[in-house]
Amino acid sequence: MQTLLVDLVYLAVLTLLAVPLGHYMHRVYEGELPRGARVLRPVEHWLCRAGGPGTLKPQGWQAYALAMLAFNAAGFVLLYAILRLQAVLPMNPGQIAPLSPALAFNTAISFVTNTNWQAYSGEAQLSPFSQMMGLTVQNFLSAGTGMAVAVAVVRGLTGPKSQTIGNFWVDLIRSVLYILLPMSVVFAVFLAWQGIPQTFGPAVTATTLEGARQAIPVGPVAGQIAIKMLGTNGGGYYGVNAAHPFENPTIMADMVQTLSILLIPAAFCVTFGKMARDMRQGRAIFIAMLVMFVAGLAVIQWQEAAGNPLLHLAGANMEGKEQRFGPALSGLWAAATTVASNGSVNAMHDSFMPLSGLVMLVNMEVGEVIFGGVGAGLYGILLYVVLAVFLAGLMVGRTPEYLGRKIERREVTLAVIAFLAMALGILVAGAVVATLPAGQAAVSNPGPHGLSQILYAYSSFTGNNGSAFAGFNAADPLQAILGGVIMMLGRFAMILPLLALAGSMARKVPASATAGSFPTHGPLFVTLLVGTVILLGALTFFPALALGPVAEQVGLVAGQSY
Amino acid sequence: MLTHLRPALLLLALLSLLTGAIYPLSVTVLSQALAPAQSQGSLIRVNGTVVGSALLGQAFTAPGYLHPRPSAGDYATLPSAASNLAPTNAALLNAVAARVAAWQAETGTTPPIDAVTTSGSGLDPDVSPDTALAQADRIARARGVSADAVAQIIAAHRKGPWLGLFGQARVNVLETNLALDAALPPGPAAPKP
Repeated sequence: MQTLLVDLVYLAVLTLLAVPLGHYMHRVYEGELPRGARVLRPVEHWLCRAGGPGTLKPQGWQAYALAMLAFNAAGFVLLYAILRLQAVLPMNPGQIAPLSPALAFNTAISFVTNTNWQAYSGEAQLSPFSQMMGLTVQNFLSAGTGMAVAVAVVRGLTGPKSQTIGNFWVDLIRSVLYILLPMSVVFAVFLAWQGIPQTFGPAVTATTLEGARQAIPVGPVAGQIAIKMLGTNGGGYYGVNAAHPFENPTIMADMVQTLSILLIPAAFCVTFGKMARDMRQGRAIFIAMLVMFVAGLAVIQWQEAAGNPLLHLAGANMEGKEQRFGPALSGLWAAATTVASNGSVNAMHDSFMPLSGLVMLVNMEVGEVIFGGVGAGLYGILLYVVLAVFLAGLMVGRTPEYLGRKIERREVTLAVIAFLAMALGILVAGAVVATLPAGQAAVSNPGPHGLSQILYAYSSFTGNNGSAFAGFNAADPLQAILGGVIMMLGRFAMILPLLALAGSMARKVPASATAGSFPTHGPLFVTLLVGTVILLGALTFFPALALGPVAEQVGLVAGQSY
Repeated sequence: MLTHLRPALLLLALLSLLTGAIYPLSVTVLSQALAPAQSQGSLIRVNGTVVGSALLGQAFTAPGYLHPRPSAGDYATLPSAASNLAPTNAALLNAVAARVAAWQAETGTTPPIDAVTTSGSGLDPDVSPDTALAQADRIARARGVSADAVAQIIAAHRKGPWLGLFGQARVNVLETNLALDAALPPGPAAPKP
């Protein structure tokens, strides 16, 4: 009952905040800034001028994609260099050694692709300089990249007939400057007030009441946590992420952070409706996402509150959870972070019950489209929308249309390519790793849960989620390098076909709806969209899931441990 | 690609300055001004010595102190650790069974679940009120005071769910132990500070 109330309040506040934010974001991308944001306009102009003439002209989808790739490649090189050189760079009071080449590769890819998988433990392996100029920067820029791509894709689907889909540099700068940066400043100060450290002072050593010594790892944490949450990044300052009291000090901070996971992705549904000049379109997508989110959330909270029957003790499943959060808030965070490709954790997913693990896996494997990453969730769900409309067209024997534009062979091919990339990254790469000795050695839990660990890692890589069944040793060179490659696949094999799809849709003349058009805003469409996501996800991944979490659950019920 | 290289490099440099230097610096200035104690790590000082942070759990083993939850990393902070044991892992079941046996040997009761499981952070600063109150007898014996006096101090440090709705009731271990030291004589078994 209490849990139900928690969830209702959470969803109500999320919706209430997403609507005005979505309207604001729409104005930002249209260049019609509200008065308060205009003070930043000189900065935008200055950045655009510095970028040169390429930052002004509208771009076709190829130019947009190339600009995005060039920017991400440069970001990768810079971050890799920082992580390798941190020993000689400034602000390294702990005299922390450089990351190994494989680990630096993995971490750099991870942050550039908005995955933020933590193969490293931040408080022990990264200097404050690396955390700030390396990770925090990419937290902003990878989020900005996702948001820019989403806006470009929506322009292609909803704008007038055009050869262009906007300018990457302008979309990127606006995402960072007007949306991510101001929200992060406010949020960071709130988090510092709640207890997250934000200091450049030296590490403190405490002498406990029993005379032991305790190092207190402070640093410029609050600023990084704010953008880590808002940008669906999820890579923490500390190894145990938001379970660490310094990343998540109070229940209030926990609830606001859980809100911040889904806030911008939910607002994007509103922005989409505005850009389509038909709010019903955005609402339909929002409702479809909400339905899938709530279904998974209910399973996780039920399972965690019920506890682990093998322990023969009353009480919730508290292994890997903090006393102040308990099963309800840990379950809420787990559901939000896996649907949204955020990947931060306030409790250890490896120790969740098997059916909770199943839900988290499904949330990621459908492609991070239930709210999803900032921007990434919207362009991901639009992929399913194209497929759903196509399926509906097949059923009634009409050329499928979305928002007045015909969906033809080229668009469906592109959507299927993007979809298959997910299966490739999760199933093929996961299966290869499961057969290799190095892959099996990375597994820490015996029995079916071991396969779940591999499956979770590769679902997380492909979906650019970044959370883990963290007993899995992702720092060994094989996982670090293969994982890095799969993260790139999951990010760019999704973005590039979708930009191509947007480019090809933009070139079509939108027709106005007729009596024969299939409406894409009613309950029928929402059902069809949810069905498409579940069906494609279930059919593709169910066999693997049956061997992992489902087998573990069957064993658990029979009293089997491993 | 080359035409995109100039904006890519220049904007990367400028946006890095903006988000990697100006942003954290301004957040630091604001936080230090508005919440100085919290932004330093919520440190607790006794007679000028830092004894810990209100937010981070610590290991307490002396019988005169309230003991925290088990920790997979034994309350190490660089880095802290979780068990990451699956619910079906025999290692988890054995570890919990051993903790249950130890608890029963000491108190003769069935332990609350938080007293025999490790937290996600390895640094959980809190225990449940039940876990705290169950230790009152031991603490009282070690300090040579009545169990009621200890239970009163524990009860005074109980915090309920936020807004009565979110999260769980809890007792902060370090703050409670500081209060115990302040109000009650240290027992012979308690080591010197």
